[in-house]
Amino acid sequence: MTTMGDMHADAIMQALTRRHFLRSSLHGIGGVALASMFAREALASGDATAMGVLPHVPPRAKRIICLWQGGGPSHVDLFDPKPELARFQGQDIPASIRGDTRLSTMSSNYAKWPALPAIKPFRKCGESGIEISELLPHIGGIADDICVVRSMHTEAVNHSPGVTFFMTGSQQPGRPSMGAWLAYGLGSECDDLPSFVVMTSSDREKSCGQLFYEHYWSNGFLPGKHQGVRFRSAGDPVPYLGNPAGVSRDARRELLDDLAELNRAHAAESAGGGASAVDTRIAQYEMAFRMQASVPDLLDFSNEPKSVLEMYGPDVLVKGSFANNCLIARRLSERGVRFVQLMHSGWDQHGNLFTQLATQCRDTDQPSAALVRDLKQRGLLDDTLVVWCGEFGRTPFGQGPSDAPNGRDHFGRAYSMWMAGGGVRAGHVHGATDDFGWNVASDGVHVHDMQATILRLCGIDHERMTYRYQGRQFRLTDVHGKAVGGIIG
Amino acid sequence: MPPRVVAAIVLLLVLATAWGLTDRAADDLPTPRYSVDVRPILADNCLQCHGADPAKRKGELRLDVRESALAKGAIVPGRAADSAMIARIHSREPSDVMPPPDAHRELTDAQRATLVRWINAGAVYEPHWAFTAPKATAVAAGANPIDAILTARLRERGLAPAPEANRETLIRRVTLDLTGLPPTIAEIEAFLADSAPGAYERVVDRLLASPHYGEKMALPWLDAARYADSNGFQQDGDTFQWMWRDWLVRELNRDTPYDRLSTEMLAGDLLPDATNETRLATAFNRNHLLNGEGGAIPEENRFVSLFDRVDATATTWLGLTMSCAQCHDHKYDPITQRDYYALLDAFNRVPESGIVDGSPSRIRVAPPVLEYASDALRARRAELVAKVDVAKVDVAKADVAAAAGAAGSEADKHADKHAREQARNQAQGELDRFNRDEWPRVMVMSDASPRETHVLARGAYTTPADAIAFATPAFLPALAADAPRNRLGLAQWMFAAENPLVARVAVNRAWQTFFGDGLVRTPEDFGVQSALPVYQDLLDTLAVGFRESGWRTKALHRLIVTSAAYRQSSAASAELLALDPENKLLARGPRFRMPAMVLRDVALATSGLLNDAVGGAPVYPYQPDRVWESLAITKERDFEYPASHGADLYRRSIYTFWRRTIAPSNMFDVSQRQSCRVRVPITTSPLHALTTLNDPTWVEASRVLADRVMRGADARDARDEQVSQAFRIVVGRAPDARERELLLRMFGRQRARFAANPDAARAILAVGESKRDAASVDEIDHAALAATCLGILNLDEALTRE
Repeated sequence: MTTMGDMHADAIMQALTRRHFLRSSLHGIGGVALASMFAREALASGDATAMGVLPHVPPRAKRIICLWQGGGPSHVDLFDPKPELARFQGQDIPASIRGDTRLSTMSSNYAKWPALPAIKPFRKCGESGIEISELLPHIGGIADDICVVRSMHTEAVNHSPGVTFFMTGSQQPGRPSMGAWLAYGLGSECDDLPSFVVMTSSDREKSCGQLFYEHYWSNGFLPGKHQGVRFRSAGDPVPYLGNPAGVSRDARRELLDDLAELNRAHAAESAGGGASAVDTRIAQYEMAFRMQASVPDLLDFSNEPKSVLEMYGPDVLVKGSFANNCLIARRLSERGVRFVQLMHSGWDQHGNLFTQLATQCRDTDQPSAALVRDLKQRGLLDDTLVVWCGEFGRTPFGQGPSDAPNGRDHFGRAYSMWMAGGGVRAGHVHGATDDFGWNVASDGVHVHDMQATILRLCGIDHERMTYRYQGRQFRLTDVHGKAVGGIIG
Repeated sequence: MPPRVVAAIVLLLVLATAWGLTDRAADDLPTPRYSVDVRPILADNCLQCHGADPAKRKGELRLDVRESALAKGAIVPGRAADSAMIARIHSREPSDVMPPPDAHRELTDAQRATLVRWINAGAVYEPHWAFTAPKATAVAAGANPIDAILTARLRERGLAPAPEANRETLIRRVTLDLTGLPPTIAEIEAFLADSAPGAYERVVDRLLASPHYGEKMALPWLDAARYADSNGFQQDGDTFQWMWRDWLVRELNRDTPYDRLSTEMLAGDLLPDATNETRLATAFNRNHLLNGEGGAIPEENRFVSLFDRVDATATTWLGLTMSCAQCHDHKYDPITQRDYYALLDAFNRVPESGIVDGSPSRIRVAPPVLEYASDALRARRAELVAKVDVAKVDVAKADVAAAAGAAGSEADKHADKHAREQARNQAQGELDRFNRDEWPRVMVMSDASPRETHVLARGAYTTPADAIAFATPAFLPALAADAPRNRLGLAQWMFAAENPLVARVAVNRAWQTFFGDGLVRTPEDFGVQSALPVYQDLLDTLAVGFRESGWRTKALHRLIVTSAAYRQSSAASAELLALDPENKLLARGPRFRMPAMVLRDVALATSGLLNDAVGGAPVYPYQPDRVWESLAITKERDFEYPASHGADLYRRSIYTFWRRTIAPSNMFDVSQRQSCRVRVPITTSPLHALTTLNDPTWVEASRVLADRVMRGADARDARDEQVSQAFRIVVGRAPDARERELLLRMFGRQRARFAANPDAARAILAVGESKRDAASVDEIDHAALAATCLGILNLDEALTRE
């Protein structure tokens, strides 16, 4: 009889691709022991799930790059043209439109909510003719490769709950994030890099205080190894990656060889119990050794052609910049890293819309588009899903002095995002908002729907990828969500 | 029955089945028990639509309630063939089969057969085991009940306990488990030399009396209490909650009975004999996240805290997943949404706004707070206040003098007054800074602001429905009529003899401390979806004993660690491993990698660097450069890591400052301290290896350990003695000949590297802030031995408690 535990182990074994085994055989014991280590831990978790064999449906995307745009990019300025806002400029947005929308305490007590039109014109882009702000010419240039979703909506009013909601399916910290779920469900395609990598950057003026907390890439109640690994731009990219001062790679190699032999000697002594654990330990140390080479190799751009570097724009060699991180993201995907979560802040224009939005667009537009183009020219876009998204949009009314508003507040009732590659319907606009960009008018996509869609693109039925905790089968989408067929090409 | 006879009967049954006498065989099989065999099948496959939640119920059928199942014809007791449920689970019609295809659940043949047998045997329901009172199993007087029960139960399976681990393994195991520190060589030798009866028990008693016992036992409590030294979120203000952590360590060391300890944590402010100490205890329910983001909606935040308190309280003490009933009735357990809000009412009386203090201080707290100041701090404050008063009088004197037409030029008078005003402002500034950053304000509970509590439709604070008063969950034994209707009443109810959960949950977590896993492997959930304990009788016996002992935690821990079960060798035969890979049967000793916080302490202790001072404000040991860099994108406060120097670098891990937004980098596989956690799975990742190989903490410890065996108290002359001694200090036993050889090879190869590159030797010896006595030990030898010690600290055996 196959137990549920076995089924789970099988799923993970299948997720370890043939490529993985081929590569690991080159590395000797490491990879094989690693594979059995995964299987054993899956068994040991005692997690009787109804997950079945993953993937549930043929996957369109093998890996994901999430270009997180923290702070709340203004949908009415960037992706969702609303001429009515110009017609109504300065006038109160009708109560019939506003309804009972929950606003942040920064604007909920306003006497009047004056319409504020887009600060720059929109342009029809590509053959698809998708309208995108002229603030984003490069993204406009890949319009035919992307799917703009104009009917996103979320329940969150503020940043942290909003980001946490998108990443984990719950507004409160504590649940596993999407990358952790995928690492758990699909395993790794790569045996010398983590399967879930996070990078962060902020706008050049550090104009807003949006921080990136560890719970945005948390493993939650999933085993700790599924937590996202944050690559830092200063010091060791991964904590403790570098050998101590005075220890060369060769000296470390010798130390590990002797260490492994000592470990085996003891395992032979203490029959049974420790032996398999010792194999796992040795494999883990071998993978650490490989990572010490693979990460610097990953971050070494010296073999990138000049044309590629130029594509990503002037900041590409500035460590910790969004552009630099975008190029690293491509290199990670190329190496089979399952989930890259690139988090950039600076979209929170409460009082500096007229000055900061353009700067922010300039810094992110070119690298975002370059990443899509670069993936495409390498044939990686077909099975790499790129998601460009923030936690919410911004109010169609102006924030600040009512006669001279200079910003927009948080707005989750309707907003926009875009996706590319990985089975997404290219050159397409999904959903629409009303004339004010306030309410979803058609084909609304709730955050849980988007999560279900992303999982579906990875071949996963979001209702079936579950983990038993607190007596319940938890999943990324809580008890909601529906994959949106219209987004899938 | 002797094992051989059991085996023979099993064989006969198997053969009978193979010969086609299946009906006969089925009759001979033990009748499936509802709670053990049937209920889990129903829960995983049926109860989503035919369970407790009326909103999701299909066809008005409940399968977890016998009357409903019978009334609907789903079950006809004694007649599986006539039971609709049996027909449906065997159906091949997509429109008819249960579970329906879109549920993505499918019964196995064995599960179907179990249900058939259970119905044929009369479909006897029984209440969920954990919701009925535990009963102790009688054991012979003087016997350790753990062993009496376990040995008998193993024998039933034809198994026997493993032999006792050797003494070196045993003292290392129990010392690490009870104090989180390794035994010293002297302690090991004393134990090896003690041939009198009770030697082991004497070690245990010494450890239970150690001040480090409380530190070790506090670690899982910190996870349950989602303890951190900052609030989380944008400003991530620091707090004084560490004073609660110190309270906890003190009380654990004092062996304050578990009922008293818990009552103080839950309701220390409401006790008739409340003191500042008992009020401090209530910080347990104020250790949660606090969101100070601009634009945050205070009432929304306040409810987030309330939900968190219900979750932390129910998980920690009741092993109930109350939070599942926040939005609707619980899907599996008989917890209604009204139960949830009736319990929440006890926490809904705190004079709090949902807003964090907005002052621009490093410290940010939200009232109510306890000003838990030492006499020294009170004296310091009085001094500062006095200085301000004096300075104010000085200014006033100048004014009076000026008004009285004192002598001197106008310019002089003006300058004099200005100087006095400046002195006053400076004194005031000093007092303000002191009040902001140093005057301790621990966030604690209070019932000073009773509010009307409502059931929240769909769990949303924006949709209050019926008002509801405090009550304990209706399916459990009732709250005493004369109990106060508040947190104190809740605590009294928990510790009443009738409560079936609290003692079980507590002994299960104690078991987990010493065996790695609980007897119930879902310590966070004792509900109907929980993992069934293999040894419920053992759990129940311990629970009853714990309660009847007066909730004596040290006595419980002593009982566990002196049991033969605990003292078993962790080595296992291939057959046993195959039979029981997860060691659920406990026919061998537990073996697991130690938590990262303990590993760091072990490295410090074995090198001799450890500063074992107990208690106090958090410290800032080595972290990677700019560890909080990603927080520095806000200008709202300084996020420079205030690195400690000197002895503070070597405090135990429990005292490391825990920033909630960025946990310490070298503490892996830990609770993120965002919400209550009573189980943290141990995993293996290359990142762990990188930490223990490259973190300056371990590198420095290796260097100092090497120095210790070359020059210090453990000094050895010969090289092989040095490596052997280092090995022994770390793993607690002497290396055998083969291991000595390998250690010497390790040393030799490392030495050759450093001899070829003396700068490299100097570089590794320069890691860490502790001073090296450069004169007395050769640099090349020292570096090579340091590298060898780093290897030793990374042995699987060093990382594991065997």
